[in-house]
Amino acid sequence: MDNVSLLNSRQKSTRIAATVFLSPVILLMLIYIIYPIFSTFEISLNEWNGISANKVFVGLENWKTLVKDEVFWKAFLNNIILMVCSILLQMPLAVALATFLDAGGKKVNIYKVAWFLPLLMSSVAIGFLFSYALATTGGIVTTISQAFGGGKVDLLGRAPQALYAVIFVVAWQYTPFYMIYFLAGYSNISIDIYEATIIDGATRGQYFRHVALPLLRPVIYTACILSLIGSLKYFDLIYVMTGGGPGTATDLMATYMYKMSFKTFRMGYGSTVAAGMFVLVTGIALVIQRLLKVRDSVDG
Amino acid sequence: MDKYVKEKIKSRAAWAVAFILASVWFLATVLPFIYMVMNSFKGQFEMLKKGVFQLPDSWYPANYIDVLQKGISSYFIHSVIVLVISLAILLSITACASYPLSRMRFKLRNAVYALIVAGMSIPIHVTLIPIFKMSTKLGVYDSIWALIGPYVTFTIPISCYILTSFMATIPKEVEESAEIDGCNKFRNFFSIILPLSKSGLSTLAIYNGVSIWNEFSFANTLTQSKRAKTLPLAIQSFQGEYTMNIPVIMAVLVLTVLPMIALFIVLQDKLVKGLMAGAVKG
Repeated sequence: MDNVSLLNSRQKSTRIAATVFLSPVILLMLIYIIYPIFSTFEISLNEWNGISANKVFVGLENWKTLVKDEVFWKAFLNNIILMVCSILLQMPLAVALATFLDAGGKKVNIYKVAWFLPLLMSSVAIGFLFSYALATTGGIVTTISQAFGGGKVDLLGRAPQALYAVIFVVAWQYTPFYMIYFLAGYSNISIDIYEATIIDGATRGQYFRHVALPLLRPVIYTACILSLIGSLKYFDLIYVMTGGGPGTATDLMATYMYKMSFKTFRMGYGSTVAAGMFVLVTGIALVIQRLLKVRDSVDG
Repeated sequence: MDKYVKEKIKSRAAWAVAFILASVWFLATVLPFIYMVMNSFKGQFEMLKKGVFQLPDSWYPANYIDVLQKGISSYFIHSVIVLVISLAILLSITACASYPLSRMRFKLRNAVYALIVAGMSIPIHVTLIPIFKMSTKLGVYDSIWALIGPYVTFTIPISCYILTSFMATIPKEVEESAEIDGCNKFRNFFSIILPLSKSGLSTLAIYNGVSIWNEFSFANTLTQSKRAKTLPLAIQSFQGEYTMNIPVIMAVLVLTVLPMIALFIVLQDKLVKGLMAGAVKG
C-alpha cells in the first residue's frame, strides 16, 4: 500500500517538474511555429494585401492558381536543381579537400585556414560580395577573362548562366562546412587502422578507396541529408544576389514566396505559396526519413 | 627501374597534382576576400579606372570613416542587443526543457521530444506572414523586440536536440545520490545538472549566436527603419544610399565580417566545434 502511494507521489512530482520545465519552450513553439503554420493555411484561402482590414474569402481559388502557376513550379524545379548540383559538386569537393588536409597534416595548415574563411561570412554578405564580384563591370571573372584577352562575362544577367553562377556561389559557401565535417570524420578513424593498412603494403590511394571512404560513408550520408534539406529552404544568398532574377531564372520557392508577399503585397497568394512549400518540404523530408529507416534496417 | 623508385615518383607526381588542384581552390576561396578588402580602400572612380586587382592609391580608410560616420554603429548595437537577449532566453529555457527530456520518465516524453525536434525541418517562410501580422498587432513591428521571439523559437529545436543528448551523458548516479540526500528535481537541476552542462551550453551559444547574428529573413520582414535594423540589413541600406559607390559597400562588408574573424582568432577550435554542432545528427 505504502509503496504504491510513494510511487504515485514520485510520478506526480516528476510530472509537475516536467511540466514546469517544459512549458516555456512549448509555449513559444505554439506561438511562433505551430499557430503560424495553421494561420498560413487559413490566410491562403483569402485575397488580402496584408495591410487593409478587408480580407476576401476566396476558398480554394489561390490553390487552383498555385497548381497551374508555372513560376512556382519553375522555382520548385530550381530548388531541385540546386539540391542535386549541390550534392554532386560539394560532396566530392569537400571529401577531396578533407583528404588533402588529412594527408598533408600540419604542412598544409595555410590551406586549411584559407579554405575555412567562407564559413565566417554570413549568407547575406556572401550574396552581396558576389553580386559585385560576378558583375559584368568591375567583377573578378570579367577582369580575369580580360587579362587573358577575352571579353566581358555576363554571369548574373542571363538565364541559364545565372543559375549556374548561383550554384557555384552556394558551393563556395558550403563546401568548407562539409570539408571540416569530413575532416572530423577522418580524425575519428583510429591511427592504428591507417598504420595497419600501410604496413600491409597499401598505398595512400588504396587506403583512401578501401579503408577511409567506407568508414566515412555514414558521415557523408548525413552531410547529403543536411545539404538536401538546406537546399529546399534556401533563401538569403539568392535573394540578395539575384533577387530571383533575371526574370524568374534563379527564383526558388522561398524567394518567390517572399516577393509575392512583401514586394507585391499579395499576401493571400503568398501564403498559398508558403503553404505549398511547407507541403513539399515536409513531404520530401518524410520520404527521406522513410528511406533512411529502410536503409538502417537493411544495414543493421 | 626498381619498384621502389617507381612508386616514389608516382607518389611525388600525385602530390604535385594534388597541390595544384588545392591551389586552384585556394585562389577561388581567397580572391573574393582580396577583392573585398583591396577595393574597400579605393575611391569610387579609382576602382573602375584602375581595375579591381590594382593596389589602392593609399591605404587611408576613407570609406570606413565615412561608413562609421553614417551610423553603421547603430546597426551593430541593435545586433548586439538582440543577440544578447535572445541567447540569454534561449539558453535558459532550452536548459530547462532538456533536463526533463533527458533525465525524467513521464508519459508524453517521446511525443514532446519528437514535436520539438520536428521543428528543425520547418521552413521559416511558412511562418513569416502570420508572424509579421502578429508583430504589427502587438505593436512591436519595426523594433528590435519583434525579432527576439522568432529568433529564440527557431533556434529551440536544434538546441534542445543537442543539449538533450548532452545531458543524457551525465551519469545517473550523480543525481541519485543528491536525491537521497534530499534534493528535489529543481535543486537537482540548478545545483548539479546545470553546472555539469556548461560545455554543452557554450557550444550552443556559439552555434546559435552565429546564426542569430547573421539572420536576415525575419530582420528584413519585421524591421523597416534605421532605429531597428540589425547588421545584416546594413549592407542593403548602404547600397540604397551609395548606389554606384562599390568601395563603400565593400567597406561595409568588411565591417560585418570583422566580428566573426575576431571571434575566430580568439576561440579557434571552439568556434569550429560550435559551427559544426548543427551537423551532429546520428
